[in-house]
Amino acid sequence: MTAPVDGLGPPVGAEAPPPSGLSPDGREGSAGTAPTVGPASDFLRDLTEAGLLLETGVPGLYGRSARFEALIERIDEFVSRRTAEDGAERLRFPPALPRRELERSGYLEGFPHLAGTVHAFTGDERAHRALLADLEAGRDWTTRQRPTDVALLPAACYPVYPTLAARGPLPERGALVDVASWCFRHEPSREPTRLQFFRMREQVRIGEPEAVRAFRDDWLERGRRLIDELALPCTITTAHDPFFGRGGRMMAASQKEQGLKFELLVPILDGGGPTACLSFNWHRDRFGRTFGLRTARGEPAHSACVGIGLERLALALLRHHGLEPERWPRAVRALLGS
Amino acid sequence: MPDELVSEIRALLAREGSLAVDVAAIGDRDDLWRAGLTSHGSVDLMLALEERFGVEFPDRLLTRQTFRTIEALATALRELLAAEVSA
Repeated sequence: MTAPVDGLGPPVGAEAPPPSGLSPDGREGSAGTAPTVGPASDFLRDLTEAGLLLETGVPGLYGRSARFEALIERIDEFVSRRTAEDGAERLRFPPALPRRELERSGYLEGFPHLAGTVHAFTGDERAHRALLADLEAGRDWTTRQRPTDVALLPAACYPVYPTLAARGPLPERGALVDVASWCFRHEPSREPTRLQFFRMREQVRIGEPEAVRAFRDDWLERGRRLIDELALPCTITTAHDPFFGRGGRMMAASQKEQGLKFELLVPILDGGGPTACLSFNWHRDRFGRTFGLRTARGEPAHSACVGIGLERLALALLRHHGLEPERWPRAVRALLGS
Repeated sequence: MPDELVSEIRALLAREGSLAVDVAAIGDRDDLWRAGLTSHGSVDLMLALEERFGVEFPDRLLTRQTFRTIEALATALRELLAAEVSA
């Protein structure tokens, strides 16, 4: 999101696209560039040959083996143990949200190129015949489908805001939510770090500005400690979301200038820079205003989220400690209970 | 001194900027973001200026500074127009 630095004037921060949570990639200058699908990267080939990921024929859409899934579960449990004392409310949503919530969220303003909606056939028998005729003739049969009320979830935290807003004003202490889901970004790629479907675990803090900002700042430290514990190298840097188009460059520059987004980067790929495995996003009162989230005092609530890309963290571990988790450093295995 | 370029910017700002206040009440050096210019409005304004003057804002000018005041926009446009002529 963007808003004037000084925060003066009319509803600032209510206008710009919301943060997308974890960026689809950790690279600079990715704003609005069209997705390119190159050949499979060496690392992707290693992962498929080791039987960790399974090709489906669509870039960025992979099956996961039992070994890969076990790793994801252990990372997830590790995060659960490290956040157990926080007292967050645990909420889980399907990897979708009502289309009207996506429309309302402002996501389409900033990321029209990443959004996905679910379409379905709703016609009669005659229309069904026409669909099958299209299919048989190799024509585009999908024009026979209509958009449903469902959109694919771009970031795990999106359903949290309308859900909490529906409860009425927040309690005095605000809210802390632990949420996780499969997420979708239309960004076909042959890099295993950039998936069309991936899992994101998030901690979301909603409340008074000071408390929310403190949460974000605190997590910059906690995030680094988590990664240190896993014996991974990392850097934390200010970042921006991959806003669409040339106008998006301005939004990106502004987001960065205001320090609204930080990313924890781990080198995973040989080229193209390190990959964002955690992202720390301060939305100010953007979602508070958009979804009518009020503090106990009746003000638009501020919010921030910390997203952990579970697949990316798994890939970072596989890259740095090897493709066989049973041979990882003892300390790391102990932490992940493997 | 009336400036044609500034008048054009004002006209497009009024049409595209979605400001909360009358553009006539905004000075050339007043902060447009404080006047309610939104990210969305600034993109609309940028596209309109590009179309009107036949220029393209390069990445280095796609910042909040460029769109902060009418004067800053005029400076950026003069630079782009001069580059057009000399090119």
